[in-house]
Amino acid sequence: MGKKILLEHINVPGIETYEVYRKTGGYASVEKALKMTPTEIVEEVKKSGLRGRGGAGFPTGMKWSFIGKNNPTHHLVCNADESEPGTFKDRYLMEKLPHLLIEGMITSSIALEAHLSYIYIRGEYMWVYRILERAINEAYANGWLGKNIKGSGFDLDLHVTCGAGAYICGEETALIESLEGKRGNPRIKPPFPAVVGLYGNPTVVNNVETIMDVPWIVMNGGEEFAKIGIGKSTGTKLISASGNIKKPGVYEIELNVPVEEFVMSDEYCGGMQTDRPLKACVPGGSSVPILPAELLFKTAKGEQRLMTYESMSDGGFATGSMIGSGGFIVYDDRQCIVRNTWNFSRFYHHESCGQCSPCREGTGWLEKVTWRLEHGFGREEDIDLLWDIQRKIEGNTICPLGDAAAWPVAAAIRHFRHEFEYHVRFPEKVKDRKHFEYEPWEKVKYLMAKQEAMAV
Amino acid sequence: MTEKLSNDDKSNSSPSGRLGGVILSDKTIARIELLKSRFPEGKKKSALLTILHEVQDENNDWLSVEAMDKVAEVLGILPIEVYEVVSFYSMYNQKPVGKYVFEFCRTSCCVTRGAEDLMDYTCKKLGVEMGEVTADGLFQVKGVECLGACGYAPMLQLGDFYQEFLTPEKMDALIEDCKAGKIQKLSAV
Ligand SMILES: Cc1cc2nc3c(=O)[nH]c(=O)nc-3n(C[C@H](O)[C@H](O)[C@H](O)COP(=O)(O)O)c2cc1C
Ligand code: SF4
Ligand code: FES
Repeated sequence: MGKKILLEHINVPGIETYEVYRKTGGYASVEKALKMTPTEIVEEVKKSGLRGRGGAGFPTGMKWSFIGKNNPTHHLVCNADESEPGTFKDRYLMEKLPHLLIEGMITSSIALEAHLSYIYIRGEYMWVYRILERAINEAYANGWLGKNIKGSGFDLDLHVTCGAGAYICGEETALIESLEGKRGNPRIKPPFPAVVGLYGNPTVVNNVETIMDVPWIVMNGGEEFAKIGIGKSTGTKLISASGNIKKPGVYEIELNVPVEEFVMSDEYCGGMQTDRPLKACVPGGSSVPILPAELLFKTAKGEQRLMTYESMSDGGFATGSMIGSGGFIVYDDRQCIVRNTWNFSRFYHHESCGQCSPCREGTGWLEKVTWRLEHGFGREEDIDLLWDIQRKIEGNTICPLGDAAAWPVAAAIRHFRHEFEYHVRFPEKVKDRKHFEYEPWEKVKYLMAKQEAMAV
Repeated sequence: MTEKLSNDDKSNSSPSGRLGGVILSDKTIARIELLKSRFPEGKKKSALLTILHEVQDENNDWLSVEAMDKVAEVLGILPIEVYEVVSFYSMYNQKPVGKYVFEFCRTSCCVTRGAEDLMDYTCKKLGVEMGEVTADGLFQVKGVECLGACGYAPMLQLGDFYQEFLTPEKMDALIEDCKAGKIQKLSAV
């Protein structure tokens, strides 16, 4: 069993209540942090090598050190918008360990000298919103929030607030807009939130899991955290595993587990759901490139692929992917890559905020073209058209949603071009959406080869 | 039934909205004051999204023009500031909805575990197309995007709660529970 930082006490009965949480050593990091200087805490987090768990993997300590010093009013905002397809770890953490999030928010607010902090949670998680609301009330009642916390002279107000169904509000500047009661349109950067954020004040936005790692780091020291994992992938990470595996769920791993072990061992995913073989995997949430089975367990160089930031992206976008938000989606050979690409394109079209034309129009085009390919109305030139559209979106938009829409399409074509071609050449066969369930890929390959032979 | 290209439920994008009155109980008014108190002076608009949820809950799960205007008044902002927010977020309804809305996640991970079959099953059982309300006004089936329950697929959201690891049998039971009025609301928990 790997080391558990976040889920260590997850099975303690009643851990979601204040009393039990406190008995397991909860809130000790606040007591310790109140005796440290903000700089000391930031230094520990820097030493830990902790990287943002929301998707981008930016070093947390460094982000914290950018917070604008010219304006003394700082805010910490926790990003609990969790809506990247494939990701469901934050919900699990908040449902079971609401007080760990609050403890992390207090300790981090001390480090950032923030006196008014918020947790922004997606609107669909309304029952989790209520869990947090209750837990925050308990924290106030026990003197961990409010004026002069535990006689230290430090004041902090913490509240939870909610969204209302918009993936884009997970993007940090859109989240800030939404938190101000507006439409979730991302802001142009710079200025970055660390300089001009919530209400125009310097603001740090961090993921739920990132914030929850902070208490352990403060208690045990950054160096201890950095001892777990490999290289620049330090500590543990929660992986949300879904798709065609035996045991979908949330797993805490040390950042050094081989991908093969993660998928196949009983400690984690428990192998494939049925006897149908693995076809592909999206290892870090819908926005990251899909990997075909042959590039999942081993890199293009033939080395064992590990669940780390570096190993997962080994080979760049040509033969690698990203660990992203840890949304690990496994597909067996019944699943159709074209259908899945259409599914993701529809998602991004639906979720585009519409501010920039390449994203607003481009995602619509991606959806339309992938739809017609999947439904047997595709044309030979559609595959190149898709490639062209995604290339014109990438890098030309205000926020990274445009890239997130483009990458899955590019990777699907890069690794599964033959499947797109099959859809163009056998339109009648793909009209039933279960085409690969009935006809395994081996047979499809045979059909394609036969047609090619006849054409010669 | 789930195969249509058009993914956008345009019903929600009309900026005009519909008339339908508004109810605000004393309890909700007190709750609104509490929500406002969580934000600094001059920044009360921040409470808008949460307040809209509360008002929608109290008004049969949709927001009429009067409801939106009332929220604007309570927050001291312009009605347009409320309309533009309501039309942006998918959880706010600008027209009446079925009493029980089955919001199926139709995104990739759920699809790998049979979400599409289950949506078809449910539509057929209720005799409706996606998006339609049954003749008795009781049920509506919708496809929505990832709800953060990918490992517990297939799943749907019904009111304030999620229903996970669904099967046709579980759907049958759920429909019966709705008919019997056995669906819990969060406010009652
Ligand atoms: C379209 C889009 C959606 C995002 N959704 C989320 C999200 O749901 N949760 C999250 O923590 N970060 C999300 N992010 C990343 C945030 O912008 C931000 O980088 C993150 O919250 C920073 O926290 P971290 O450094 O702790 O990871 C999203 C980014 C983009 C571009
Ligand atoms: S890239 Fe898309 S989501 Fe992001 S700001 Fe532009 S239109 Fe909005
Ligand atoms: S894909 Fe269905 S809940 Fe995430």
